[in-house]
Amino acid sequence: MEGLFYNADDGYLEGIVRGYRSSILTNSAYINLTQCETLEDVKLQLSASDYGTSLQNEPHMSTSMLAQKCTDKLVREFDYIRAHAVAPLQQFLDYMTYAYMIDNVILLITGTLHERDTHELLDRCHPLGVFESMPALCVATNVAELYNSVLVETPLAPYFSDCLSAEDLDEMNIEIIRNTLYKAYLEDFYHFTQTFGGPTAEIMGELLQFEADRRSLNITINSFGTELTKDDRAKLFPNIGRLYPEGNLKLAKSDDVDQVKGACDVFLEYRQFFDSSTGTGSSKTLEDRFFEYEVHLNKKSFQQQFHYALFYSFLKLKEQEIRNIVWISECISQGQKERINNYIPIF
Amino acid sequence: MGAYYTRDNGGGGYYSSSSLLFYGAFSGLGLVGLYMLLTGSGEQFAVGEFLLSVSPYMWSLLGISLCVGLSVGGAAWGIFITGASLVGAGVHAPRIVTKNLISIIFCEVVAIYGLIMAIVFTAKLSDDTQTISSSEAYYKGFALFWAGLTTGLCNLVCGITVGVSGSSAALADAQDGQLFVKVLVIEIFGSIIGLFGLIVGLLVSGKGV
Repeated sequence: MEGLFYNADDGYLEGIVRGYRSSILTNSAYINLTQCETLEDVKLQLSASDYGTSLQNEPHMSTSMLAQKCTDKLVREFDYIRAHAVAPLQQFLDYMTYAYMIDNVILLITGTLHERDTHELLDRCHPLGVFESMPALCVATNVAELYNSVLVETPLAPYFSDCLSAEDLDEMNIEIIRNTLYKAYLEDFYHFTQTFGGPTAEIMGELLQFEADRRSLNITINSFGTELTKDDRAKLFPNIGRLYPEGNLKLAKSDDVDQVKGACDVFLEYRQFFDSSTGTGSSKTLEDRFFEYEVHLNKKSFQQQFHYALFYSFLKLKEQEIRNIVWISECISQGQKERINNYIPIF
Repeated sequence: MGAYYTRDNGGGGYYSSSSLLFYGAFSGLGLVGLYMLLTGSGEQFAVGEFLLSVSPYMWSLLGISLCVGLSVGGAAWGIFITGASLVGAGVHAPRIVTKNLISIIFCEVVAIYGLIMAIVFTAKLSDDTQTISSSEAYYKGFALFWAGLTTGLCNLVCGITVGVSGSSAALADAQDGQLFVKVLVIEIFGSIIGLFGLIVGLLVSGKGV
């Protein structure tokens, strides 16, 4: 039924996004990129792709410049979509930017804690998550002040309700705040997408459930050997996802990676993350496998029409592509040619 | 903005208000019926008499207007579904735009079906008011009404079908040029279902002399 009315508001944008999607670098383009000897070669290879025009007038190639230009292009495309979107899609796109806002907030708080230069920090913020009162974040010293002076006006305000109790801003607390925010955000986004019904709810459900599970797994694995108690750890797990509730319960009790593996063992897709025996993938880290599976899920969402998940997937795939380009050019500029093939192919 | 889709007053609220309307109308009708029945005038609540009291002209003209109206509605619906996807996909792959106009034409054909049928039905009307209450005239009126409704509904659904598959064709073509012909075949099969309604409409209206 979504085919009947979807195109009235969003048909044009769907076509646009599918156009953007077809400009994502293919496998053969990556093979060509990995053959490059210098960053100038990379530029030459990329000039045939959509990135060509934005790299054209750059005399000096560097990895950070390359990442900057690629991100700028992604942001331009996203802004175009955002500017043309109407009611429910607009809200959906806004939800997607909240994740970057959370990252920026955490980045600024952490930077302030380490007494970094404000301007330098603001430059490093992701452009998709920029909001007006962001520079004011640098003066806050505790969470309540942070909330009352700055964040209460941002869309992130409701997510802060769970972490206002945290007293001081130290390394540990910031990490807890980040994860609490993400948990609240993911749950909110998930419930929002489920109100659409149809393919949007179905595909976004799958994507966000995986995102939630990945966070739970990462939190568990990273908390081994730290002073985070098991109860506190369990509070950071999002209450959505395929691991929720019994998997999360197992994760909350686990003490080592083997027990984490046991919690994931019931899901066929998650089993492979910890399966070190599978063929050529021996050099892949857990993080790479997560990315690989995420790319797989995001690719699938383009196989259905008349839903919103493809806007989300497009952003995620483009981000992965930028990570790939940066990885390849890092390897080239640092002469680490043997590790160059650790990128994650998309199409 | 987006009030229809937020969680608080979301899709559920929208759904229940439409069903509320339905129940309201239903119980209102029931009340009137019961009132008439219990006050001894229940015989007035006669469907058959009502049908016969409506002029055959009314029936046939209603059929004609439904025929052309629903068909044009279906065609317009299909064109906007296809068109929106087509302009979007055409930004990155301009080569598809001219080729995919055929999808728009397929939708347009649906409106032409309805128009042709409306013309055929109109030709069957006669302004001979002497025989207006004969059973032939009644039959003709009913036949034209239902033939028009059949054609109209078939064309409405057909227009939407062609529209949705046409929009898929545009997106598929933009992605991979080889897919165009394959999706077009599906689209052609979709556009044929409108013809079925056309044939049945012709047969039904043909019985009325």
